[in-house]
Amino acid sequence: MNSSAAQTHLGDGGLRRLLERAADPRGAVVVLLIVLLIAIVVLNPGFAEPGALMRFIQRVSPVAIVAIGQYFVIVSGEFDLSMGAVVTAQVMTAGHLIGEDDSKTVPVLLLMLVIGIVVGIVNGLATTLLKVPSFIVTLGTMLVIHGAVMWWTGGAATGNPAESFRRLGRGGIEGLPILGLLPYAVLILLAVIVFAVWISRRPYGRIVVAIGDNAQAVAFAGANVWRTKTFAFVLSSLAATVAGVLLAGYAGVHPSVGQGYEFTAITAVVLGGVVLGGGRGTVLGALIGAFTLESLFTLLNFTSVPATMRDAIQGAIIIAAVAYSGVIFAKKRKRPSTSADTTSAGAASPIQLTGGDDAARK
Amino acid sequence: MPHGNDKGEDIMRRGLRSAIGIASAAALIALAGCTTDPSVEPAAEGDGAQEEAPSEDWFDQEVYDQQFKQREVVPEGPDDKPYLQMINPEMGDTSEFKSDGGKKMCFANASISNPWRQTGWITMNEQLKELKQDGVITEMETRDAQDNDDTQIADIDYFIAEGNCDGFIISPNSTAAITPAVERACKTDKPVIVFDRGVETDCAVTFIHPIGGFAWGIDTSQFLIDNLSKGDKVVALRILPGVDVLEQRWAAADKLFDEAGIDVVDYFTEGDPAEIKKVVSDELAKGDVQGIWMDAGDGAVSAIEAFEDAGKDYPVMTGEDELSFLRKWKDTEMTALAPVYTNFQWRTPLLAAEKIFKGQEVPTEWVLPQSPITAEDLDEYLDRNKGMPDGHYAKFGGEDMAGFPQVWQDRVIP
Amino acid sequence: MSAYLRRLDTTALVYLALIGVLIIGAVLVATTGRNFFSPGNIRDILTGMSVLGFVAIGQTLVILGASLDLSVPYVMSLASLVAAQTMNGSDAMVVPAVLLTLVVTACIGLANGLIVTVLGVHGFVATLGVGLILKGYLDTNYQGTEGSVPWSFQLFGATGVGPVPISTIVMLALAGLVAFLLVRTRFGHHLFAVGGNSEVARLSGVRQRLPLIGAHIGSSVCAGLAGLLLASRLGVGSPTVGSQGSYDLLSIAAVVLGGTVLMGGRGSIWGTIGGVAIFAVLDNLMSVMQFNPFLKDVIRGLVIIIAVALYARRRVIARRIRFADSPTGPNIAAGAVPAAKSVPAVGPVSAADPESAAESAPAAGPASTAESAPADADGVRSDHEGSRG
Repeated sequence: MNSSAAQTHLGDGGLRRLLERAADPRGAVVVLLIVLLIAIVVLNPGFAEPGALMRFIQRVSPVAIVAIGQYFVIVSGEFDLSMGAVVTAQVMTAGHLIGEDDSKTVPVLLLMLVIGIVVGIVNGLATTLLKVPSFIVTLGTMLVIHGAVMWWTGGAATGNPAESFRRLGRGGIEGLPILGLLPYAVLILLAVIVFAVWISRRPYGRIVVAIGDNAQAVAFAGANVWRTKTFAFVLSSLAATVAGVLLAGYAGVHPSVGQGYEFTAITAVVLGGVVLGGGRGTVLGALIGAFTLESLFTLLNFTSVPATMRDAIQGAIIIAAVAYSGVIFAKKRKRPSTSADTTSAGAASPIQLTGGDDAARK
Repeated sequence: MPHGNDKGEDIMRRGLRSAIGIASAAALIALAGCTTDPSVEPAAEGDGAQEEAPSEDWFDQEVYDQQFKQREVVPEGPDDKPYLQMINPEMGDTSEFKSDGGKKMCFANASISNPWRQTGWITMNEQLKELKQDGVITEMETRDAQDNDDTQIADIDYFIAEGNCDGFIISPNSTAAITPAVERACKTDKPVIVFDRGVETDCAVTFIHPIGGFAWGIDTSQFLIDNLSKGDKVVALRILPGVDVLEQRWAAADKLFDEAGIDVVDYFTEGDPAEIKKVVSDELAKGDVQGIWMDAGDGAVSAIEAFEDAGKDYPVMTGEDELSFLRKWKDTEMTALAPVYTNFQWRTPLLAAEKIFKGQEVPTEWVLPQSPITAEDLDEYLDRNKGMPDGHYAKFGGEDMAGFPQVWQDRVIP
Repeated sequence: MSAYLRRLDTTALVYLALIGVLIIGAVLVATTGRNFFSPGNIRDILTGMSVLGFVAIGQTLVILGASLDLSVPYVMSLASLVAAQTMNGSDAMVVPAVLLTLVVTACIGLANGLIVTVLGVHGFVATLGVGLILKGYLDTNYQGTEGSVPWSFQLFGATGVGPVPISTIVMLALAGLVAFLLVRTRFGHHLFAVGGNSEVARLSGVRQRLPLIGAHIGSSVCAGLAGLLLASRLGVGSPTVGSQGSYDLLSIAAVVLGGTVLMGGRGSIWGTIGGVAIFAVLDNLMSVMQFNPFLKDVIRGLVIIIAVALYARRRVIARRIRFADSPTGPNIAAGAVPAAKSVPAVGPVSAADPESAAESAPAAGPASTAESAPADADGVRSDHEGSRG
């Protein structure tokens, strides 16, 4: 939110504004996304058809939702490494408890939401009240959750859950003009985006960014740090829960579903210009980061890059993207400090945008 | 990252920073090359060039031919006990181990981190219960290496030093790395039984395994080739690079596909159904796919569902004898084959130990049958495994044991 | 001086926890009719410590510098391959192979360090990225184990003095060396200073980049040593041996378990060794007791959280007393003013948390950046005086 406000201040002419936006790290990731999408369409023109695009969004939805959840944790200055384990646990729970019985869908869904909330509260309270670094807390809960669910299910759930449950991730509204099929996953993603954007514009969303920037200052100003952070962890594990529901439908039940999602989510968030350590970034940035990452994977599937090189390309791109945004931000900050002041005032963000070191420099 | 803000130096610093940034990016690229520099390569060449196409490395004509033939051999042994059958056995003398009384076995397991190993581990424990009742084995101490070579080496060393073992059962985590530890176990003069993946030593009393990866590759690719025509497209879904049992499956299949003129493209998916579905969907978006080949059946169902969701005809497909795939195959009536990496081999090591302590001969290399489930067998195996979870393997071979079917249905993992 | 005592407390606490785990272990193992302190068992524990110990020593360096190293598993795998391929079974090649491995891993550490410092990429992302690049390289170029290690070098992993493996002795010697570097050399002092508060360090005339680059090189070289040890134990190089043990996350957990602060600037090598030992004893105990492997993970996870919670609470109490020169002090001085001014614009804020308000009160004083900087630098210095303990 902050950056878009800042840009309207800076821009005079349309073209210049456009260029500035493209050079801005968040603008740059949009440019990267567009380039990737164009490349995919060039290689495979069918991709641009509305139906195929819907399928693509359906497939990105779980990653995007997880990235949005991770956003709230990261922007508050913490990490959530337990997300992948939560996704796995939820997928296995669905497979193990619902079985072929449609009538169990709703009760089990509620149970999964409760599990998600409990995990978030545990992560949050251990981080805030017990003062354990969130990296360690969520590493611990990752081990606990994954181990516990494997122990409980014997490593393999009974089977795929009933179709009524799987429809959420796999099915959609059929027979629409132009689109053909509108996947429920797309609608769920839209709902999550609307909710996340709404909440990030509420006082909560601003406080959580401010806490990531400087928790003590926010506490001093009267905000409740532990409650805010705990709620961020709850949002994160609820996002993992929703992703688990979608993945159980999209992919089916298997203990390897969700593996590595925590790193995928963090990578997506970081690609989207959200700064590790907190205090800077937007929900939409995280969303765009997720789409960029998945587009990259899709593009690699469409080209004949050896399967083994995918990781290397992913690694190089995240370093380059973050380095680029770091350099650009550093440049911006070198401008007269008054502009930085108007930026924060204009965005109604009380705290310096960057970490404490920069604040000290000013 | 924080920086000095002496304004005069700003521009210079920025220039310097960009230069260093580029240099470090270059260093990174150079680094990727750095390890392939001549100082490493010459040493490697003596060992077999590694720059060749991946499958060449794993392809071994002699072993391939041997496994090709073994597929046709009618195994020796009791018809109703496939886990005691053997192919072309060369019996070895075990009289030196003959002794009375209950024995303690020490089992160094690679892991139970996938459904195949979990199913086998459940079966092995049921077998252990039977042998305990018979008084043959008093105890089996198990250490699980959680997929870590280093841990498994330490586990074996621990057994040698502290285990009071009368015999060792080792399911190696990887072939070359575990070899020295297996040799140390052999030096204790206690019987050593190796199963599943092999090691590079024949010091073990018996090495129990199904025919092997090449046989899997031959069965599966031959099935696809028979049901497809030249120029058809096959997507090969592979779990991980660098695991010998998996690489051999691919090496054989890749060779036969190539010879038959099948257009094949391979992906690594880590067995993640979400990844599999994405890969297959993208391939379907590119063009039609006539066949799916898998080096292990995990996630097979999501590959089939990708065809359903894309509204395409079902492919000809090879999966594995995991029930999720068999059930989907039955539902869709697609043309398919379920190759088998014989899960009932988990029963054999303890039974081999029983024979060894009785002084009965066992094959030095105990090759178990490995015959795929075909369309004709499908109903039979589905019937036998009614009520089992999706991650269960059809040829688990425990139907005659006391815990059947409850233990496998509940997946009770000790 | 009081900082010295508190520092001693954290490390002492780690070792108290270790003793606790040892006692529990001895009792539980005795119930199975075994001796926990038998040579074979001691060797098992110490062997379990060696590899993780090497990695964790390096990880301590980067964490002290407020960075992270997630690339260690791939560095280890690459090191094992470079070593095994260069040796290729020949005794004469052992020394060149070890040197080459160290150079290659130092190159990777340099790349990590430059990306973190010069490009300003967070250590988490930088090393995750470099790790992925290495993984791609390994997967593309190696299809399994390669090379072979001559017997003379296998002895490094296979022999011991009594029940103590040589590799553990080497690891402890390295720990001693690194502890000395941290406490007695400028590199160490500067690393603590940069990790504690890099801005303050800069104002005190410390070059910020060099210590952190050095820490990253150290971390990669330590991972390289771990890879050498693995090559020696396996007899071959393996492209997956590093990721098999998830040494990245485990080493970070061990470092934090050893009392080092994840945000940097405080901690000690000996604490880390204690943390590694706790993990090794716990693993050994669970293996002897034949725990279900899935439950092992549950217990590891719980121990990590609970143990760190114990230290962390102590540290918070300790820090509150000397809050004014805590690492975040200067932030507050600069940030509190605009915060106080514009918070009403944020909208209704929940009621003040009395505890945290009280906590930050001293910091909101008029301490200017320049004033608090030397004080903080002093605090930092007294810290590593303390970490000698």
